[in-house]
Amino acid sequence: MTLIVPVLALLAIGIVQLVSVIIEPAEVETTTIGYVDEIGGFEQYTVQDPIELVRYPTQDEATAALLADDVSEYFVISASYTSTGLVNRYTLEKQLEPPPGIQSAIKRFLTSNILTGKVPENTIQLVEAPLYLTTTRLTETGAVATEQGGYENLIIPAIFSLLLALSLNFFAGYMVQGLGEEKESRLIEVLLSSVTTRQLLVGKVLGLGVAGLVQVAVWLVSLPLLLNLASSTFGGFFSTIQIPGNFIILGIVYFILGYLLFAALSAGVGAVSPNAREGVQLSLIYSMFAIVPLWFSSLLMIFPKSWIWTVLSIFPVTAPVEVMLRLGVSEIPAWEMAVSLVLLVLSIIGVLALSTRIFRVYLLMYGKRPALGEVLRNIRSE
Amino acid sequence: MQAVEVSHVVKSFADKVAVDDLSFAVNQGELFGLIGPNGAGKTTTIRMMMDIIKPDSGEVTVFGEKFGETTLNKLGYLPEERGLYKKLKVLDSITYLASLKGMDRRPAEEKAGELLERTGMSYTRNMKIEEMSKGMGQIIQFIVTIVHDPQLVILDEPFSGLDPVNTELLKEICIDLKNQGKAVILSAHQMNQVEELCDRILMVNNGRAVLYGDLSEIKSNYKGNSVLLDVEGEPGDLPGVAEKRAHKGYVELVLDGKTTPQQLLERLVSSGKVVNRFEMATPSLNEIFLKEVGKNKK
Repeated sequence: MTLIVPVLALLAIGIVQLVSVIIEPAEVETTTIGYVDEIGGFEQYTVQDPIELVRYPTQDEATAALLADDVSEYFVISASYTSTGLVNRYTLEKQLEPPPGIQSAIKRFLTSNILTGKVPENTIQLVEAPLYLTTTRLTETGAVATEQGGYENLIIPAIFSLLLALSLNFFAGYMVQGLGEEKESRLIEVLLSSVTTRQLLVGKVLGLGVAGLVQVAVWLVSLPLLLNLASSTFGGFFSTIQIPGNFIILGIVYFILGYLLFAALSAGVGAVSPNAREGVQLSLIYSMFAIVPLWFSSLLMIFPKSWIWTVLSIFPVTAPVEVMLRLGVSEIPAWEMAVSLVLLVLSIIGVLALSTRIFRVYLLMYGKRPALGEVLRNIRSE
Repeated sequence: MQAVEVSHVVKSFADKVAVDDLSFAVNQGELFGLIGPNGAGKTTTIRMMMDIIKPDSGEVTVFGEKFGETTLNKLGYLPEERGLYKKLKVLDSITYLASLKGMDRRPAEEKAGELLERTGMSYTRNMKIEEMSKGMGQIIQFIVTIVHDPQLVILDEPFSGLDPVNTELLKEICIDLKNQGKAVILSAHQMNQVEELCDRILMVNNGRAVLYGDLSEIKSNYKGNSVLLDVEGEPGDLPGVAEKRAHKGYVELVLDGKTTPQQLLERLVSSGKVVNRFEMATPSLNEIFLKEVGKNKK
């Protein structure tokens, strides 16, 4: 997984480069649609690339042309068009709504014909052109901010948070499975004759933490290189991609803390589970929380200021992935970040202390998984 | 200095007292037997000696010191619930677990080679654990226990799953370890093995010490007033014998309390009987065990 991600990205860039050399761009096919003008005067601008409009004197003729496959569809500019704006469209296709290309071609055709001769030609073009809006973000001093936002800013955090969520799941499963297998094969007591429970637990947590750190380091180091390569291959959007400020440092910090929390949780769950299979099932309960921010990522883009994101950024199990995602969408207030980090660290310490106790009590118990109440009773009396 | 000293150790779990005020000591250079029925508290006691679980009260010292991280390296422990990494090769398993005991790879490999040689398992060094039979795995597990040259070896049910040949081999190694001045604690259900190997024993039942001390002294304390006799022909009526119990190949004669075995032997010899066997009946450890455990059950 560590090397697979950069290698896959490299492969994707290579394939696109290869394909772009081999395949020439296909010609865009022209679509012919018919129209019936019940008002009169809609005669010009019948070429709305790639759509060509053909006029029919009556609706019957238009229908005959449609059935004969001369036109793919037709529309009728109703007699009441100037007062109601009504245009009736006829097609043989079953559709949810008119294709956007057709809609805008009809709109341009109608607007051009209405305005022609009344306003200058460039005014018609201006009316028809989509809104050309550019945004510049300023700092509090009025200078142009270095970090400008937009989708260019989101792409890296989005990919990173997806990978983070996957790896947290992967490693939580790995940890629980490892412990489960050591319990199943009765290795635990052999190990405990050489290392203390604390050493065994800390060793496992740190081992996975370091593995995670190597993974994130490889990804983050390969990112700028891959971006450079991608922008020289694809140009356009990729050349505008930005990595948000602090992202790399925060990425590493949250990655490590996320790992430690999940490893500590998995140690506890691994200790109470009688075998690897049950352990992995139990670990799904908290592993799922790493995925939760991704479920709601589209809502985050629409309502970036909702309090829900604050809660998800502070709640320790969702925090790592949520914060990574939010860094790409909007600014995170300093206090939120501070609370998020402090709570994450405290929860790691708490869970680790609890897991150590559970470890001592349950590591050498084989057979049935204990009920939650029994676990709590036993760690209190330990 | 004693290898282990356990004094007034108590350990309870949620619903029961597993070990109740248990005290004993194991000397260096002795084979010590820890016996008792299932659930008597043997494994809990061993786990407290290994610092795997903490006693509620009482103290355990190993080689005169309280348990520390370096203590573990002086101990070799073969737990009752044991296993190895199934996917790992035999030599890698041994050297990895030896490295956890602070051994470098090269000396660990050399020692592992020696022990594999001695146990006739050299051919398995590149085999995966999962490819081995249970008995072969047991031998490897035993090698893992002693590869780092521990000063105190604790063996919990070491003979379970072993064939007679390997059982004898393990016994030989245990005696060797003792002769090298190491302390060996043997926890087992098979009383005959303990009886054959151990100098001193501790019998526990319900978490408490039932018998503790020198095995021969314990056995002589349980010596009954009876003799085992094998004579040619029928022994006939013998004065001073209260009861006669027939066994295969011999009879057990329970004396009446006034007659000594010496007097009985003299009577037999003077009556002209050919005596093939005349032996003071000492109970086996198994009999003592059944007697003590049975007493507690009642």
